[in-house]
Amino acid sequence: MSTVKLTVNGKAVAVEVEDRTLLVQLLREHLNLTGTHVGCDTSQCGACVVHMDGRAVKSCTMLAGQADGASITTIEGIAKGDELHPMQAAFRDNHGLQCGYCTPGMIMSAIDIVHRHGGQLDEATVRAELEGNICRCTGYHNIVKAVLDAAGRMKVSQAAE
Amino acid sequence: MGVEGIGARVVRKEDKRFITGKGRYVDDIKLVGMTHAHFVRSPHAHAKVKGIDSSAALKMPGVIAVLTGQQIVDDKVGNLICGWAITSKDGSPMKMGAWPAMAPETVRFVGQAVAVVIAESKNLARDAAEAVVVNYEELPAVADVQAAIKSGAPQLHPEAPGNQVYDWVIGDEGATDAAFAKAANVVKLDVTNNRLAPNAMEPRAAIADYDAAEEHFTLYTTSQNPHVARLVLSAFYNIAPEHKLRVIAPDVGGGFGSKIFIYPEEMVALWASKKVGRPVKWTGDRTEAFLTDAHGRDHVTHAEMAFDASNKIIGLKVKTYANFGAYMSLFSSSVPTYLYATLLSGQYNIPAIHAEVVGVYTNTTPVDAYRGAGRPEASYLIERLMETAARQLKVDPAQLRRTNFITQFPHQTPVIMAYDTGDFNASLDAAMKAIDYTGFAGRKAKAKADGKLRGIGVSCYIEACGIAPSKAVGSLGAGVGLWESAEVRVNPVGTIEILTGSHSHGQGHETTFCQLVAERLGVPISQVSIVHGDTDKVQFGMGTYGSRSAAVGLTAILKAMEKMESKAKKIAAHALEASEADIVIENGEFKVTGTDKAIALPMVALAAYTAHNLPDGMEPGLKESAFYDPTNFTFPAGTYICELEVDPGTGKTSFVNFVAADDFGRLINPMIVEGQVHGGLVQGIGQALLEHAIYDANGQPVTASFMDYAMPRADDVPSFNLSHTTTLCPGNPLGIKGCGEAGAIGASAAVINAITDAIGKNNLEMPATPDRVWRTIHAA
Amino acid sequence: MYQTTYHRASSVDEAASLFGKSSEAKFLAGGQTLLPVMKQRLASPSDVIDLGKIKELQGVELSGDTLTIKAATIYYDIMTNADVKKAIPAIAHLTSVLGDPAVRHRGTIGGSIANNDPAADFPAALLALGATVKTNKRSIAADDFFKGLFTTALEDGEIITAVSFPVPAKAGYEKMRHPASRFALTGVFVAQTKSGEVRVAATGASQNGVMRVPAIEAALKANWSPSAIDGVTISANGLLADIHGSAEYRANLVKVMAQRAVKAAG
Repeated sequence: MSTVKLTVNGKAVAVEVEDRTLLVQLLREHLNLTGTHVGCDTSQCGACVVHMDGRAVKSCTMLAGQADGASITTIEGIAKGDELHPMQAAFRDNHGLQCGYCTPGMIMSAIDIVHRHGGQLDEATVRAELEGNICRCTGYHNIVKAVLDAAGRMKVSQAAE
Repeated sequence: MGVEGIGARVVRKEDKRFITGKGRYVDDIKLVGMTHAHFVRSPHAHAKVKGIDSSAALKMPGVIAVLTGQQIVDDKVGNLICGWAITSKDGSPMKMGAWPAMAPETVRFVGQAVAVVIAESKNLARDAAEAVVVNYEELPAVADVQAAIKSGAPQLHPEAPGNQVYDWVIGDEGATDAAFAKAANVVKLDVTNNRLAPNAMEPRAAIADYDAAEEHFTLYTTSQNPHVARLVLSAFYNIAPEHKLRVIAPDVGGGFGSKIFIYPEEMVALWASKKVGRPVKWTGDRTEAFLTDAHGRDHVTHAEMAFDASNKIIGLKVKTYANFGAYMSLFSSSVPTYLYATLLSGQYNIPAIHAEVVGVYTNTTPVDAYRGAGRPEASYLIERLMETAARQLKVDPAQLRRTNFITQFPHQTPVIMAYDTGDFNASLDAAMKAIDYTGFAGRKAKAKADGKLRGIGVSCYIEACGIAPSKAVGSLGAGVGLWESAEVRVNPVGTIEILTGSHSHGQGHETTFCQLVAERLGVPISQVSIVHGDTDKVQFGMGTYGSRSAAVGLTAILKAMEKMESKAKKIAAHALEASEADIVIENGEFKVTGTDKAIALPMVALAAYTAHNLPDGMEPGLKESAFYDPTNFTFPAGTYICELEVDPGTGKTSFVNFVAADDFGRLINPMIVEGQVHGGLVQGIGQALLEHAIYDANGQPVTASFMDYAMPRADDVPSFNLSHTTTLCPGNPLGIKGCGEAGAIGASAAVINAITDAIGKNNLEMPATPDRVWRTIHAA
Repeated sequence: MYQTTYHRASSVDEAASLFGKSSEAKFLAGGQTLLPVMKQRLASPSDVIDLGKIKELQGVELSGDTLTIKAATIYYDIMTNADVKKAIPAIAHLTSVLGDPAVRHRGTIGGSIANNDPAADFPAALLALGATVKTNKRSIAADDFFKGLFTTALEDGEIITAVSFPVPAKAGYEKMRHPASRFALTGVFVAQTKSGEVRVAATGASQNGVMRVPAIEAALKANWSPSAIDGVTISANGLLADIHGSAEYRANLVKVMAQRAVKAAG
């Protein structure tokens, strides 16, 4: 057992876990942040994507201990109170989700994509960048639309800040 | 159409919880004192279980119990059932091998459970499961459907000699033979419809909680149909009487058919929770999903189509071998029979059809309904045959289809189905226009100059949805009726709750069902809630599958609404001192037509519940229910055309354009309908290009994770160009046909027709992997 | 995964010392290879020693004609590094098509080569460029480092600290992705050194892991152009075969990917 200290959605936490605990288990089972999902166990599907120190990572392919000292942001931590993150709003407005299971990982990956590419996104780039996230419901059509829509919204909201 | 009524592109009410991480799936639920189950599964495709030694496992940390297949048999938990009886051509009933929830004596597929460990944590349960020693005596195994029917093949069940479940026929063999005898041309085709793994992104999970004082079970489960689960668990598996078993399906992360069935894991969790006296949770991992979720498709078919001299189809003969895996899953028997062969007429006027389907046991995971269920196999077969015929007869493939389209409705096919309405030319026209079909030759020539092989492929599909008229399916062997139920509760303050037996696992019922209420009453959808997925809250209902929730489930809501409105109008008329016939409902008010007299819905509701001044003899309250049983299937149909390029160096396929023109009848929310089509198309494309659940000759699964089973990703597929041509379904008052499965039914043939057009060779099996396409291009 | 003990090392020396004290330890950098194997219970190290936060294992240096990438540098930092893009753009490209974005935020060059996974991308770059693997004990030429399937010259407890690449005159990398796992079904790295030597390495193809392709090297030595490879025949003998690619198909891919890599190299 080890104590892992990290910041999750802006709050400092210390959690006593078995060393074999994965970051996703720490989030779901110890912190009850069940928005982050597990869909494949082999690092393929991306349902577990969270941000660690601002970068998208697969929380099912990290030991909790590796995140010691890091700042983690999950799907539960991106809205500002009742105000949705522009990516969340774009997924809703473009019907970029159906069953919702892949959605948290999709949104976290998509925010990371926009952060890295800024306004330089086109459909082909978004599709290539979504390689690590599998959705079985939407056929990706509306997810791609949502990411492109959000890229524009995020540019505007950044400009306003 | 109001802003939130029928036909409006309303954003989904349920989305907020999903996009903020507040969805509530089974694995998100924790109960006090909850234990964790891990199954001990067979590594062998076929073996005798000679003994199980749990002693070491029981000494492991955190282990509460190790329970075995013999114990579940001893406790008289029932064997798994198949709910649709099929009769062979010789009149004999289908041959059912016994399927206990955990195998006491014989395992027949890799992954079949023989024991379960219950422990304090998931990790500890898995640790201990490895310490359970199972003594197996391996038996010869067979995985391939054609190998399984050969004499001398390993035999799975003593009840089913030759591994044959049934040999079933449909149609008029004599008339079909006569048609072939006078044919000007006969087109022959052998096709394999590849086995698929459904792969809903949420793995199956169950939490069972036994209350000893009340002798009552609660089951949280990933189900498309919680009431059917309760019925089967109660009536056939002897878990508990229905009133002592509550089944809750909370948010469900996709299903595609795979979450219709009641699986051994739910049964074992319930049984184990009583045994250990604590809640038991099981959450499958992805490999368990590959090993135990019912697979789809897996047909091997030979077909022949007879044409007269004017290229009119005069007959069709089909022989199909359907792989059922090791056991007959809940609705498996109906899939390659009444959901497949009854659609073999396609969109075409075919006077004589004869089909024979042989159902076969193999040492593989059981096969059952997966998105489309039988209809994709039929559509793929017919549309590959039409393309093959066009090439053989040297006519334009679109024109050959047009020559044979059914244009008069209703149309009785020779294989049971009576198509009620449609306009197949309209959808073909729309798709051809959208893709600029006439300009294709020029584009192909230009691609050739760039070193690419370009092809175009047409697929004109039809499906039977709105499942299903109970009397009709009952006469065909179904063990259940397939109606749907609804209850409309208007609360005393005028908000509305709709209780439905349908259950969303991504379809957006919480939005579309509210839109019907908004349409009829003129109230905002924020005043309406949908209640579903809990057998303690909702009256018995049949669930969601077969593109039925709008055509059947929403119609049930409509029927209940009509009853409620009728009563509400009486109350309003009484209050307004007007005639009931003069009351109209607008913008949430009951108005006396032609006057400014009105009473708002909340006041009507309040009047109903205070009951101070109701019409004489009227019961208080404002709550009505309805059961709706459809009179026919519905028949969504359409045309998909795809244009693609093949890289001759690698055999890799890239999409240029994909157009879909569907006729779903009335659309409640076009945005959601489009989403259903997108998802279905990608599952169809996945089948055509990527997906294949493979076993080796000994029944070992080769594709048991996403490392080996190729799931479509965003860069594998294109954006789509969708349109709708509409003929309203005459069978239900809303004119709805259903849209959930169309994409998966029609897409795969369009893709293979296009690739074979591009490479100039007609024989190409699915999935058309780059390797397979490359070898086909370069084959002599 | 089985029980294990996690250690975070702050220096290479500390990591080596921790290794010495453990019964069956494994080094972990990004964990993108090791953790999936541990999750499947195919590996059960008593201890995992995390190298990911060791400062001396981070970063890229360009010095004259040598590009050095420290072992725990993540793919994303490699692909976006200005020196990498300037000196050997083919490495930036290789890294940009390796894994997916989230994997690129965790995976490291050290992890990509330490197992000689037959479907890893970086071994092809090392072998084609004639790179040198630096460890806490010695320097090993790439030609001597990869010893066959899942086998390298690394000794027990030896830690990769960096990889040094001679800057080539031209280099290119193209791969066909495995349709399911998205690893390399087959990838080919072609390089022409500043002295005119041609080296070609293929990953994902051979049953022995990454391999040189002498027939293509000879053809390109004579004429550095995609068409020079037209007449080359690659034997399917000894090549990997699975449900996504037969040996014959992989042999074809070696040739086609080499042609495309030459085109990309210019």
